[in-house]
Amino acid sequence: MAETVETVQLLSADGVLQQGAAADEYLPFIDALGDDDLKRFHRDMVVTRRFDVEAANLQRQGQLGLWVPSMGQEAAQVGSAHAARDQDHLFPAYREHAVAMVRGVDVLGIIGLLRGTTHGGWNPAESKNFHLYTLVIASQTLHATGYAMGIALDGLHATGDPLVDEAVIVYFGDGSMSQGDLNEALVFAASYQTPQVFFLQNNHWAISVPVSVQSRIPLYQRSAGFGIPGIQVDGNDVLASFAVTRQGLDAARAGAGPRFIEALTYRIGAHTSSDDPTKYRTDAELQRWVAKDPIIRFEKYLRTRGEGDAFFADVAVEAEDFASDIRRRTLELGTPSTDKMFDHVYSEPHPVTSAQKAWLADYESSFGDDQ
Amino acid sequence: MSDTVTRAEPAAPTGSATAPAPTESAIAQMPLAKAVNAGLRQAMANDPRVLLMGEDIGPLGGVFRVTEGLQAEFGPRRVLDTPLAESGIVGTAIGLAMRGYRPVCEIQFDGFIFPGFDQITSQLAKMTNRHEGQVQMPVVIRVPYGGHIGAVEHHQESPEAYFAHTPGLRLVSPSTPNDAFWMIQEAIASNDPVMFFEPKSRYWHKGPVDLSGSAAPLHSSRVVRTGTEVTLVGHGAMVTVMLQAAELAAAEGTSVEVIDLRSLSPIDYGPIVASVQKTGRLIVASEAPGFVSVSSEIAATVTEMAFYSLEAPVLRVTGFDAPFPAAKLETVYLPDADRILEAVDRSMAY
Repeated sequence: MAETVETVQLLSADGVLQQGAAADEYLPFIDALGDDDLKRFHRDMVVTRRFDVEAANLQRQGQLGLWVPSMGQEAAQVGSAHAARDQDHLFPAYREHAVAMVRGVDVLGIIGLLRGTTHGGWNPAESKNFHLYTLVIASQTLHATGYAMGIALDGLHATGDPLVDEAVIVYFGDGSMSQGDLNEALVFAASYQTPQVFFLQNNHWAISVPVSVQSRIPLYQRSAGFGIPGIQVDGNDVLASFAVTRQGLDAARAGAGPRFIEALTYRIGAHTSSDDPTKYRTDAELQRWVAKDPIIRFEKYLRTRGEGDAFFADVAVEAEDFASDIRRRTLELGTPSTDKMFDHVYSEPHPVTSAQKAWLADYESSFGDDQ
Repeated sequence: MSDTVTRAEPAAPTGSATAPAPTESAIAQMPLAKAVNAGLRQAMANDPRVLLMGEDIGPLGGVFRVTEGLQAEFGPRRVLDTPLAESGIVGTAIGLAMRGYRPVCEIQFDGFIFPGFDQITSQLAKMTNRHEGQVQMPVVIRVPYGGHIGAVEHHQESPEAYFAHTPGLRLVSPSTPNDAFWMIQEAIASNDPVMFFEPKSRYWHKGPVDLSGSAAPLHSSRVVRTGTEVTLVGHGAMVTVMLQAAELAAAEGTSVEVIDLRSLSPIDYGPIVASVQKTGRLIVASEAPGFVSVSSEIAATVTEMAFYSLEAPVLRVTGFDAPFPAAKLETVYLPDADRILEAVDRSMAY
């Protein structure tokens, strides 16, 4: 789905900060950012990109069963994630590696999911409220909505203090727009006026199905039918993604009800390492989006602000070190204990899992030292 | 699982028109639906994190009136009339549980649970395991189930087996008002998801509720009639049918023991195996179709656990492996005392 006249863009394709009526509403959010914030945006995008490349390599080398690339979507993710405040809860789908990075999650947990050492990977309560990846499309939108209902029931929104009021942001893709769960989540969010942002990354492809098959209208326009204000943003513009999301989350936390954001972006890579996008999309289309690379655009902007080669070289070194560390720790990941199959099926003792765990231990020990 | 439910001080329930406040040895006569209502009221009074959510459960009190009066008493923030969407109900309950609430979801009818199936089996059941124990899911899903009410399609089904097959869920089903009152409170107190199957044909039948008593362990089965020659096992509304069959069998000279399962997952095999060791014969009865059923599971497991005690194969008396029929045929479809007695005769003939 093409950009519309309403698409919010703050950085032009060549990295120039836009002025004028369309941008004025959002520029105060950018003006409030310091140099360190902007450098952090860049750093998070670059390190995530390098992490993504390293993980794809690990997959090709047989160290991961599968990889889910995030390349191309870094600006939508980094901008929106930085828009969330510390007390906010973030519910990802499964491609939000940059969001995880922003929230300080040890992304080795993501590696563990795809290497086959865990179904979880991190504890949301110890990961700045970054919840677990959810693989069934759109399931997490209902969990996020229920969580936001809980915030409202707790009276922890609309107190007037944006540093106390809580909000939820939930991530999903264009394919989710056809799922019942997302539509039910939008209904519940509207009914209970939850403090919540629905953040759609429209990367234009649900595996091999183009967004044109999912919808006859720009996707953000659907939210109006649920009674939820919707807005479309250039998802390859990290500043616009930040500003629009900060505005939406702060409105939601202030009691204005849920908001819907469609970030237009593109999945530069395959859906997963098992996919072959050459079978369903053209190289010309891909190259059009490669030319809109969010990292290159933001680097141009930072250079116009006076950042020099030294900064970009430092970030590149940091990204290399990060990738090396991930590689080393990936290869050190062991096989999980068989106890893990049984220990958390239930929170409280259960005779079947206890008996099967004991049986398996006896069975394994029956092989003595030969096993 | 705690063996007993902690009860509030006697003054805790307020404004109750249907359930008297617990006092010493207070025995109240009430129908099963009112007993669930009283149990819900008690749980809500005990713990402000307990929420009810479902379709038409507010001013209407649910289509079976099980939640009647609770929204008036506890307010719309604790008794949520939800949009008409089962996946939405269960999915948002998961989020509320993550937030620290203890949601109790009402599914309006057994056959309407399937739009919520994915959220129950792929999300709710696996959430604690996915989080490696760092998140608990104290969610109760109440399901009015079963036949004998003459209703239209999708309103008389017994879908227990789908959920019993799913690790991470607990399934229970009360057969009496007393169990309904206590078991719903125990289910709410559980930190694991509990599917609570309410035998809707028993909703209007009165029985004693010991409001000052204590709860039996949630996942325990119970001998409800002693006998020496054949053991009958079942749950929910089938318990009444089994007791009728046992009475008729006694008149014909056969001594039948009846066990109320109460819990379908996990199953408490202790009383069942002890009974089979005494009688040598086991018949499992249910309204649900028999193929790949809870009845089949019990037959297989008791055969493993008590093979040398068995004098006959374990027999199953179940709904037929056909869609639940139009209501005029339900009495043919659902096992009655005569079909159980036929199985008793077959078992005794071995």
